[in-house]
Amino acid sequence: MREKQIDKLKDYKYGFTTDIENIKAPKGLNEEVIKFISKAKKEPKWMLDWRMKAFERLKNLKEPNWQKPKYPKIDYQDIYYYSAPKGTSEKPKNLDDLDPKILETYKKLGIPLQEQQRLNGIAVDAVFDSVSVATTFKDKLNEVGVIFCSISEAIQEHPELVKKYLGSVIPLTDHYFATLNSAVFTDGSFVYIPKGVRCPMELSTYFRINASQTGQFERTLIIADEGSYVSYLEGCTAPMRDENQLHAANVELIALDDAEIKYSTVQNWYPGDENGKGGIYNFVTKRGLCKGKNSKISWTQVETGSAITWKYPSCILRGDNSIGEFYSIAITNNYQKADTGTKMIHLGKNTKSKIISKGISAGFSDMTYRGLVDISSKAKNSRNYTQCDSLLMGNKCGAHTVPYIKNKNSDSNIAHEATTSKISEEQLHYCQQRGLNQEEAVGLIVNGFCKEVLQQLPMEFAVEAQKLVGISLEGSVG
Amino acid sequence: MEERLKSDFEKTLKNLNFSKKEIETKQNYLSRFLKAGLPNRNLENWKFSDLSQIIKKNIGELSFYNDYSSSNKVDSSIFVDGLEHNKIVFINGRVEKIDFQYEEKNKIDILENIELNDNFINVNSLVNLNNAFTNKHFKIIVKNNYYLKKPLIVYHSTSKKIKSKNINIRLDFLLEKNSCLKIIDIFSDNSEKNFVNVFYNFDLHKDSILKNYKIDKLENNNIKYSYNNIEQDTNSVSETFILSTGSHFLKNEINCNLNGRYSSAFINGIFSLKDKNHHEIRTNINHLIDNTKSYQLIKSVSENDTKAVYQGKIFVNSEAQKTDGYQLSKAILLDETTEFNAKPELEIYADDVKCSHGSASGSLDDNSIFYLMSRGLNYKEAKELLINGFLLDVVEKITDTEIKNLIKNTIGLKE
Repeated sequence: MREKQIDKLKDYKYGFTTDIENIKAPKGLNEEVIKFISKAKKEPKWMLDWRMKAFERLKNLKEPNWQKPKYPKIDYQDIYYYSAPKGTSEKPKNLDDLDPKILETYKKLGIPLQEQQRLNGIAVDAVFDSVSVATTFKDKLNEVGVIFCSISEAIQEHPELVKKYLGSVIPLTDHYFATLNSAVFTDGSFVYIPKGVRCPMELSTYFRINASQTGQFERTLIIADEGSYVSYLEGCTAPMRDENQLHAANVELIALDDAEIKYSTVQNWYPGDENGKGGIYNFVTKRGLCKGKNSKISWTQVETGSAITWKYPSCILRGDNSIGEFYSIAITNNYQKADTGTKMIHLGKNTKSKIISKGISAGFSDMTYRGLVDISSKAKNSRNYTQCDSLLMGNKCGAHTVPYIKNKNSDSNIAHEATTSKISEEQLHYCQQRGLNQEEAVGLIVNGFCKEVLQQLPMEFAVEAQKLVGISLEGSVG
Repeated sequence: MEERLKSDFEKTLKNLNFSKKEIETKQNYLSRFLKAGLPNRNLENWKFSDLSQIIKKNIGELSFYNDYSSSNKVDSSIFVDGLEHNKIVFINGRVEKIDFQYEEKNKIDILENIELNDNFINVNSLVNLNNAFTNKHFKIIVKNNYYLKKPLIVYHSTSKKIKSKNINIRLDFLLEKNSCLKIIDIFSDNSEKNFVNVFYNFDLHKDSILKNYKIDKLENNNIKYSYNNIEQDTNSVSETFILSTGSHFLKNEINCNLNGRYSSAFINGIFSLKDKNHHEIRTNINHLIDNTKSYQLIKSVSENDTKAVYQGKIFVNSEAQKTDGYQLSKAILLDETTEFNAKPELEIYADDVKCSHGSASGSLDDNSIFYLMSRGLNYKEAKELLINGFLLDVVEKITDTEIKNLIKNTIGLKE
């Protein structure tokens, strides 16, 4: 048994659980639970009202069902909506107060929270189940006026900013999962970059689901004021469990005049075992608004985990001359399913967008690229370029491309290309002839296939991601 | 609408002679249609064209009963000059003439009144409507090893007599081994505000060749839907060409099942929309076995409050290794009021395939216009020349020279 477990851990090395005492909200979704969450977070009344408004609306909403990967009905009353390690009701002032087990967990995950250990100067906000347990490099960021904290802190300390921007990109009236998140969101990161500031370091959040039967509903809000720049990374893992856990996050980005936000995700939730049992349902709403002129939002994602990934990081290009970019690698193996892509909504003049999507499916998995490019009649002179390539390994898996292209403007140009292929025998033969074994050869070719996207990631992440790509496909050839 | 449908259905049954079993099948089709109603934008396939709204807005109340007892006069002026051809003439949905004068009699079978079966009950609601209301159901069989000497032109014409009517037409074709049939569909309408629903079913046996050219050129205020189902056996070839121009609304749907090895399907289409029309082409190519091929090319030029939609899907199931699928759509938008929507879709379950699609839309290239104008053409000429070249590309794909020239003349394209 133990051996088997170790064997399993080899496939997904983040699959361990941290044995820690939890404080949980009562199971189920109702007004009491929402009040409980709000109280636990010491939220002001306006926030609770906001949540209640979302909950009211949720009652009349139905889950969407147009997606390709179907899943068994989720019993929303059978989930814990709040789970926090004991002793974190007050966020620890410094790391010494933090439960050593949590520190140990993050160390094991390769995210040491001690600042002196970080060589590369990345500020981390660590979210453990429903709470943010630590945020590093706060002082250094404060010097330049950058606010980087958990969203619960922001609600208390910067209510004017939160009030102004929360829900301005993903409104309360959005689809089912977004509204669910608005009602029950627990924690997440808040970033504000003041005018003209170039954030001196990479900001990152590390999400960890630990407790069982919990859903994680995080909410991230990033505001880049005029002329500022920020690069933000997000990583996530979860223990191996036989049950399916729900992760329904909302991420809102707002870029004002001349601002730029770069948002990178390496998503490695537990994908379930080789028979498709367990794993995370990753139903995430990510949306960026290029509100100001000359603003830019760029999404980069490496999706290797989750039993089902269902997300479309989008850009609303409202400001004139704004730019939206989307780079994605999605890898599915075994029984994983992904329905992912992007939406580029061109509203302003001279707006540009670029979509590069690489999908790789192996085993019995199913991969769908679904994207929307919508050019409105006012978006004069806008441009879009889309390229989505899929790679198939074996004939038990599927790769699908479903682009929606709407052009209402004669001054605009849209180009879309998609290809589907497999790794050619010739390429494999060439590599093997030069001494690589089959697995190495496949890894090399796949990395080449993904290169365009990997290049977009910050250095440290790119190395990680490259390894991840290799690991995700292990055992899928031969 | 439901009451109207039921009473019109009763009336239709009363005036035509159907067997008991057939009436039952028709009732099945009708009840399916009643359940689903006219398609609306909530259906993925009708996302860009809400037929239910379009009919409501342009026609209002539809009537489904047509009197097929008296014949209509065939106006020979609609016939194509300069091309010898066989004819089938539909006027207001009634077959007025079937004429295969150029062919050997024993090589073609024309079956009248074949019994309706429920093979198509799960296709879509408009096919259900069609099968519930069609009056006569012809099947044309081309015998083994016979190549038709001349093309067949199917004239779909309507007269001023009808208004706010739903007309349903169905034809079945069976191409036996190593046979060949070329069909040209020509729509010519004198009527206004009717909903025409055409359903063709093609069965292509081994080594047979089908060429179908659908020409909707003349301007009219009718709303049309056409559904082609094509079943292809080993080594068969189907070629479909669509010219989508004249009707107020037109949706062409092609569903092609490549069941036999080495079978191939080609679909080429042109949208040329000038005045408030809304046209759509939707294709669905199913690669069901290994070594099959499909190729699609759609081009659109539109202006003046028009909307062109292309939804193309290539499906490759897990047995269909060595599939070669290609799909390209290109659009030129000439002014601010027009719209082009595309959904080129790939659904692939086999790994050893070569599938790709491309879609581009934009305005006329300023540099090309500048180039032509610097060589002495005025703006209008330069624009026409560029559009001409853009569309000619599709017409050049037509493999039959005679028909290619006919179509070139109809559209007014120059070489």
